[in-house]
Amino acid sequence: MLAWTIYLSFLGAVAVTLTPAKSPAVARVTALLTALAGLGIAIVAIMHADQSGQVITIVRTPWISHLGIEYHLAADGISLILVLLTGIAAVAGILFSWNVERRVKDFFALYLVLIGAVYGVFLSFDLFLLFVFYEIVMIPKYFLIAIWGSTGREYAAMKLVLYSFAGSALVLAGIIAAYCVAGQRSVSFEVLARFPFPVHFQMWAFPMVFVGFAVLAGMWPFHTWAPTGHAAAPTAASMLLAGVVMKLGAYGCLRVAMMLFPRGLDPWGFRVLGFGSWQQVFAVLALIGIIYGATIALVQKDLKFVVGYSSVSHMGFVLLGLMTLNQIGLSGAVYQMFSHGIIAGLLFAVVGRMVYDRTHTRDLHELSRIPLGRLIPFAAVTFVLASMASIGLPGFSGFVAELQVLIGSWRSFPWMACIAGVGILIGIAFTWRALQATFLGEADTAASPQQAMPPITLPERLGACLLLASTIVLGLYPRFLMDLILPSLNSPLFEQLRRGAWR
Amino acid sequence: MTGLSYLELLRLTAPEIIVALAGFLLLVLDLTFLRQAALAIRFRTAMVAACIACVLALVLLESGSAQGTLPAGMLVVNSLTQLVQMALLALAIFVLLWVDGARFTTHVGEYCALILFATTAMMLLVSTQNLLVIFITIEFLSLSLYILTGFDKDSPQSAEAALKYFLFGGMSAGILLFGMSLLYGISGSIALQPIAVAVNASPGDPLLTLAMVMVLVGFGFKIAAAPFHMWAPEVYQGAPTGSAALVASSSKVASFFALFLVFYLGLMGAAGSAAWGHYSAGWVPLIAILAALSMLWGNLAAIAQTSVRRVLAYSAIGHAGYMLIALVAHSRESLTALVYYVFTYALATVGAFGVLAALEGEKVDSIADFAGLGKRAPGLSFCLLIFLLSLAGIPPLAGFAGKFYVFVAALEIPNHFGLLWLVLLALVMSVVSFYYYLQILKQAYVSEPKPAAAAISVPVTTRIALWTTAALVVILGCLPDMLLNRISAAVTSAFQ
Repeated sequence: MLAWTIYLSFLGAVAVTLTPAKSPAVARVTALLTALAGLGIAIVAIMHADQSGQVITIVRTPWISHLGIEYHLAADGISLILVLLTGIAAVAGILFSWNVERRVKDFFALYLVLIGAVYGVFLSFDLFLLFVFYEIVMIPKYFLIAIWGSTGREYAAMKLVLYSFAGSALVLAGIIAAYCVAGQRSVSFEVLARFPFPVHFQMWAFPMVFVGFAVLAGMWPFHTWAPTGHAAAPTAASMLLAGVVMKLGAYGCLRVAMMLFPRGLDPWGFRVLGFGSWQQVFAVLALIGIIYGATIALVQKDLKFVVGYSSVSHMGFVLLGLMTLNQIGLSGAVYQMFSHGIIAGLLFAVVGRMVYDRTHTRDLHELSRIPLGRLIPFAAVTFVLASMASIGLPGFSGFVAELQVLIGSWRSFPWMACIAGVGILIGIAFTWRALQATFLGEADTAASPQQAMPPITLPERLGACLLLASTIVLGLYPRFLMDLILPSLNSPLFEQLRRGAWR
Repeated sequence: MTGLSYLELLRLTAPEIIVALAGFLLLVLDLTFLRQAALAIRFRTAMVAACIACVLALVLLESGSAQGTLPAGMLVVNSLTQLVQMALLALAIFVLLWVDGARFTTHVGEYCALILFATTAMMLLVSTQNLLVIFITIEFLSLSLYILTGFDKDSPQSAEAALKYFLFGGMSAGILLFGMSLLYGISGSIALQPIAVAVNASPGDPLLTLAMVMVLVGFGFKIAAAPFHMWAPEVYQGAPTGSAALVASSSKVASFFALFLVFYLGLMGAAGSAAWGHYSAGWVPLIAILAALSMLWGNLAAIAQTSVRRVLAYSAIGHAGYMLIALVAHSRESLTALVYYVFTYALATVGAFGVLAALEGEKVDSIADFAGLGKRAPGLSFCLLIFLLSLAGIPPLAGFAGKFYVFVAALEIPNHFGLLWLVLLALVMSVVSFYYYLQILKQAYVSEPKPAAAAISVPVTTRIALWTTAALVVILGCLPDMLLNRISAAVTSAFQ
């Protein structure tokens, strides 16, 4: 049944294009219903998931028999929670783009294609199929930003797409190489995860594929597409971009690079510039991402750029968690994928939809002169809560995730945990600065006349509540996801990773 | 040369005879009965007649017409060559279907007849393993294409393109013939099989090297590989759309197939190796250099173009580079991959030119002219989206499956991963190509149409051709097995 998340989204896209052009409401409702159906399926699937870490095969049928490629959709715990994240982000995104007036049908059709392809990536258990969905994501992403975006949209869209296409070229090279080296005439995860690739092959295939995916996860120094892309994208697109598309990259790093080429993480046996293995290299890059993203966010003038750089910083935690190579670090990384997906979505929703669409400015200085806290109190409350979640206060999902990552990295590289802790502190600083400027500042009421602002609409309230509820529930009851993540990490698929570099 | 049975010849060439006869019939028909008729009627009649002939030949091939071999490899008809011939016929039909909208000439009969003659030449070219016949058919094909290129007599660009094409073509034909004569001198035969024996006996012969280089130059011109590509941008831009499409698609299919056969069957003994760190002299390293040059030059130069047709031309040069990788790998697997790639490539290219043909009345040339096409002609621009994304190699379209298979075939050759450098270069260049294809699509979908621009109407037959092509691109991308298994079986049976 999970496969229908994909099919329904694509069918929904077709249905939206077939709705009458004169009534955009029909298109909106169709899109919303499709997304809700996807979310419903995801929730039902999670409810029924057994917690043994088994991979549930959904569809498995030969596809390109000449090359031994299968149409193989399956899910384990990690896939399931990311599917759930996609469902939540999709519904919230549609609710927050209720006010799109230009080319409504095209917008929602592309949006649903994007969603369907994202579901596809998370559910693919054949490398070829995964790549197909991964590439499909790119096309709607480009058009969503280029057509409905704001500041420098064409530049940002092209930059984003070229970065991700370059990354996927590396991934494709890795896939083809893995296919030829294994010589099993198959790129199924089940076959390749068991195949003992030669160590010297893994040593170059691992970094290639890891970097290929990490480009999309916003790894420093390949992150520069992220802030411009997020800032230029329309609200729903930046919610998806930060919420799920960056997770595609992180998911690929874990599912493909680390699961198939775990020996690539082994020590090289020699040291270059103090580095002794790819694990250390990428951990340091992730750490730089955390600090760099946070520091840059601290000095941004554009509110959306603040959130954009904060995404880079938070995704650094995901990558750092992956590189700790211990159970708590990895589970923290997966948890952070989910948590950041929700929180980033929330932040972009407040910034892009609630604030920007009403004030038409994202400049922190100008915003500080508008008494937003009084004009749109709902947005203020949402933003305060979202900020608390973002800086990782206990009780929100971000806390659970980042704590695990920190513990994990303490075990692997204690000094990195300290620096990452500093990163969290800077995170508090930039979040506070943004909060101060937008909602909590002493607005100069004399200078700016009281503008009347359209009140917060119902779809916005619903979307905000959905996201807030998710982050709070997962902050208070982390077992809900942990029971799915941990068994999956202990499943036979990750056995090589556990046996190899796992500590 | 004894024992050539003319009856056998007739049996083996029945499909070609149908197409050629239809060409003559068209000429006669157009000059006699239809002389006084309106131009539209003449176009429509010619189109219908030519299409019927192609369909007849196609049905004949599909129903399993005669297979066999004539002495000295003059004609080798097997299921593989028949498959390629069917693809050529299908491409000819697609090109003919847009003739309905064409208004650039009054010489209707000649135009359609020449398309049929060119198709005949290509069908013969793919079904021979004899140097002399290869040369004659290449000349036959080239002559038809020169005239087709210059067919728009009112356009100086068309004339310029034809002249350029002719001069380059004539020169490279001379070089090709010289190379072939050297091969004859070495082996004492013009059939590929005896040549292979002679080459195996003395692979290091310096004369052989010269011959190989010359043959490669000749073919390099036909397939527009850098640095023999200079004619391509001119021809793509100046020629009437139908002629350009023929040059870009089916002539590519036939030339690549013939090129592979000549080197794979005739010169296998002097292959050498282009594997990284295992270099050894032969034609493979030469082709690897051509491939790398074509990928680099084609894709990088395409970025700077402002005319859509020139973008397509340079991208064609880049694609020639990708396809040459299959030749570098020179295995059966890579032949399967090459045939699949070149089919799907030709399909997408014919489609892209079809969109240009439909826009002919709009005088569309530069990329900026595409602004707002998505609003003015939604169907047309959706087809364009499919074709260009397939050319860029975005899954799940046919171009991606082809690319994937070619790269797999290149890495699967015994000397493990020696060709990784070519594959990586190809992947990097495909990122570049994505950029310029996206530039065109950006105009079509993101930019607003010019204020005065109206909706665009497209003739029914063109529309049918375009939607069929687009559907094929999607289907072959989603279900590559349909074609791959067939090609693979044919390759296996042809070289057992």
